[in-house]
Amino acid sequence: MIDLSLLTDGGVGWLDASGPASHLVLSTRIRLARNLSNHVFQGRNSETEREEILAAVEDVARQSVLLRRASKFRLDRLERIDRQLLHERHLVSKELAGLDADGRARSGATLLVQDRLGVMLNEEDHLRIQGLHSGFALEAAYAEADRLDAELGQRLAFAFHPEFGYLTSCPTNVGTGLRASVLIHLPGLVLTKEITKVLQGLAQVGLTFRGLYGEGSEVVGNFFQLSNQTTLGSSEHELLDHLGKMVRQVMDYEEQARQVLLRDAPAIIEDKVWRAYGLLRYARALSFEEAMNLLSGVRLGVGVELIPNVSIYTLNKLLVYTQPAHLAVAEGVEPDEADLPIRRARFVRNVLESEVGRRG
Amino acid sequence: MSCDQCHEREAVIHLTQIVNEQVTTIHLCERCAAEKGVESPGGVAKTPLGTFLAAMGKGLPETTPAPRSPDACPRCGGTLQDFRETGRLGCSECWRTFEAPLRDLLRRLHGSTHHLGERYTETMADPGPEPARAAELRERLRLAVETENFELAAELRDQLKVVE
Repeated sequence: MIDLSLLTDGGVGWLDASGPASHLVLSTRIRLARNLSNHVFQGRNSETEREEILAAVEDVARQSVLLRRASKFRLDRLERIDRQLLHERHLVSKELAGLDADGRARSGATLLVQDRLGVMLNEEDHLRIQGLHSGFALEAAYAEADRLDAELGQRLAFAFHPEFGYLTSCPTNVGTGLRASVLIHLPGLVLTKEITKVLQGLAQVGLTFRGLYGEGSEVVGNFFQLSNQTTLGSSEHELLDHLGKMVRQVMDYEEQARQVLLRDAPAIIEDKVWRAYGLLRYARALSFEEAMNLLSGVRLGVGVELIPNVSIYTLNKLLVYTQPAHLAVAEGVEPDEADLPIRRARFVRNVLESEVGRRG
Repeated sequence: MSCDQCHEREAVIHLTQIVNEQVTTIHLCERCAAEKGVESPGGVAKTPLGTFLAAMGKGLPETTPAPRSPDACPRCGGTLQDFRETGRLGCSECWRTFEAPLRDLLRRLHGSTHHLGERYTETMADPGPEPARAAELRERLRLAVETENFELAAELRDQLKVVE
């Protein structure tokens, strides 16, 4: 079993709700795709080469300022539950964690992580530099990832083309290699059924959305990851500006939708958020999906100041710790344990009780 | 359908020939086809190399021996067909080898082909330590063996010995 407490903040600093607009935005993620020019890309390289890539990057990372104290996790040597744990903390992609069909991580798959910065190694590209910040913090998160990119780039030869920019294994990432994502909670737009229109609008301006866990994941608990679709033809700051402007607009729409709901259907909304709270507080069995949807209801209630005494931080913690691997580890059982929903309900009850007391 | 030659076994190979503008199709069983020197793609799989290549996930060549496609990337051997199947390029050299078709694709994907972001210069980093050179040689050696270019393979093996 890996000891995540070794990480300075357990790798979950991003959910402390300290960042800007954290009542709506859970986290901001920056990812830069890079490849080493002296190695073929991941799809064509051998186990030996992946080890060489890992050794070369680790060597440079140990001499860097930003990753000198990095914790290292070799996904290819971890049990499935530990890999799932790192994935649930948003520290590694599903692909790197090997949680797809055959359930194995590829040889050399590694995560280096220090505070809010990390590098995934031997993912689809040799390096995926990533920065994860709490709340809506595109520029701050990019500035940090950019510093790490510069540090590593001084001692590693990255594959770069004068016309196409940073070369990646998939043409959808070429150029800047930058994917910026904002994980945002949009229950108002979902309830007013405006969400489809908003998402279509985003697609028209070159943005895309994904679910809670990024690529290929479904939307649960009304959380959407909004990110740039294109990576070429604009500078990093132009891409960030554009995404930032659109996210701010979506935030405005969400606030407006909430006002409309409170104005036109106050009783329904009040009933909805308290019903969610009541179920979380007293239910005896909760599936992950149900817990996520109820947490979304309570988060809305807290956001529109209908539910007092519950902090966004607590809701964020519940979001992470009620996921299957986290709960299983905390309870000392397997993630497919039949009574996990019962354990989840008990866990949620205990957290809410200690937060708001028995009077809540 | 029975074999046109022996009229006994089931015909598995259907050979269409055009001779003097006359189209003829002959149907042969595997044994008669082999006697006539016609090899089926299925037959390739039965050779040890065929099984080996299939196990490596490289797919089966249509005929043996498989000459490396002239439009393959000189560094990793990847082809446009590979790219179409996987959506992934094999190495940074593929970007140069398939520059023209990729430029079209980039225009459709990103609406542009020109990187306007931060620039990286090779001089920012060392060309790479010895192990990287070894890795490159090993990769070229693997390709040389795969394409049965044994003369080049021997030369690369010698170079690799020096590096390692």
